[in-house]
Amino acid sequence: MKRAECIGMLYPELEDKLVVTIMGACAQELYDLGHKENFFYLQHAMGLASSVGLGLAMHLPGERIVVLDGDGSVLMNLGTLATMARYRPGNLVHIIFDNGSLLSTGGFDSHTTSGITDLAAIAKGAGLEHVSAVDSVMDFGEAVIEAFKADHLSVIVAKVTAVGPNHYGMDLSLPENAFRFKRLISERKKRSGGAAS
Amino acid sequence: MTVSYENSKVIFQGIKAAGITSLSALPETWLGLLLQQAEKDPAVTMVQVAKEEEAIGIAAGAYFAGERHVLLMQNHGFLAAINGIVSLAQLYGIPLCMLIALRGHWGEPYPWHTRGGIVTEGVLRALGIPFEYARDPAAVGRQIREAYTFSQSALAPVALLLTRDLMEEAV
Repeated sequence: MKRAECIGMLYPELEDKLVVTIMGACAQELYDLGHKENFFYLQHAMGLASSVGLGLAMHLPGERIVVLDGDGSVLMNLGTLATMARYRPGNLVHIIFDNGSLLSTGGFDSHTTSGITDLAAIAKGAGLEHVSAVDSVMDFGEAVIEAFKADHLSVIVAKVTAVGPNHYGMDLSLPENAFRFKRLISERKKRSGGAAS
Repeated sequence: MTVSYENSKVIFQGIKAAGITSLSALPETWLGLLLQQAEKDPAVTMVQVAKEEEAIGIAAGAYFAGERHVLLMQNHGFLAAINGIVSLAQLYGIPLCMLIALRGHWGEPYPWHTRGGIVTEGVLRALGIPFEYARDPAAVGRQIREAYTFSQSALAPVALLLTRDLMEEAV
């Protein structure tokens, strides 16, 4: 399956959530479906999308946080899985698109290619209890629906093919994305009378 | 030399007095007593990370969430977190109030701390991160408050360097 298909299926479900993506293809594919104020694209600092998501989840128990991560990024910050397992906020869904490739930087094989390194097994070994590994759009959809219904931290490792968009670029400067994302969260907190915090 | 219990308390009180409700940290010797107090305080959310760069992401999440957050780390942890500081905090205009244990400086007996201590100030300058040294327990509370205020108005990382004068006492 392709990551773009998964993101396409996910997109309508993201409306009421806070979404953090990694850089490159993943961010672009989400953006191309239509930017929303509740999307934050971490266009650099590889590995930290999961940490930003954890920071959001721990401080906003009334919100549901979705991290769209990748194998290359997770491999740069494996410790994040252990930190997530330690605090396990129930409002966090960590989706790892594993394309086995450093696609955005020239397509070099990542350590997960040909199943050498199993990110789902690493997540379980880190102490995360609800980890699913999927390789079809149907299974991805089911895993996502289940994760969004649950009140525990879920990790979904989705095996996808190493293809990305044929263009890159957003009409959104990086600090603007951060400012607007923060403002949206504070407005949501006000609307819910602080209940979201 | 031993870590000053009294001054650890003063620093934690300074953090509380600055209205800080959330803290990320990687425990190290000088920060140990301080972090024990943070862990016991129900009004403070403490996130212990596996590596300091993670804390930059956590701090960004806390900032987006509207939480008053400080980061506690050793200077070697600061060195390990630089890409996150540059390519998340500085790139996106996200404030960080970093309280950094300055190991490997004047009086340092341990060889393994020395290189990191020697380069810390130069690295801070190269990154354009404003910093101050905290040496005096009577001043550190104000310094924490001011560091936090400045990080928020500048939308940038700032560092308060916790020195040996403040953190250690003779036995």
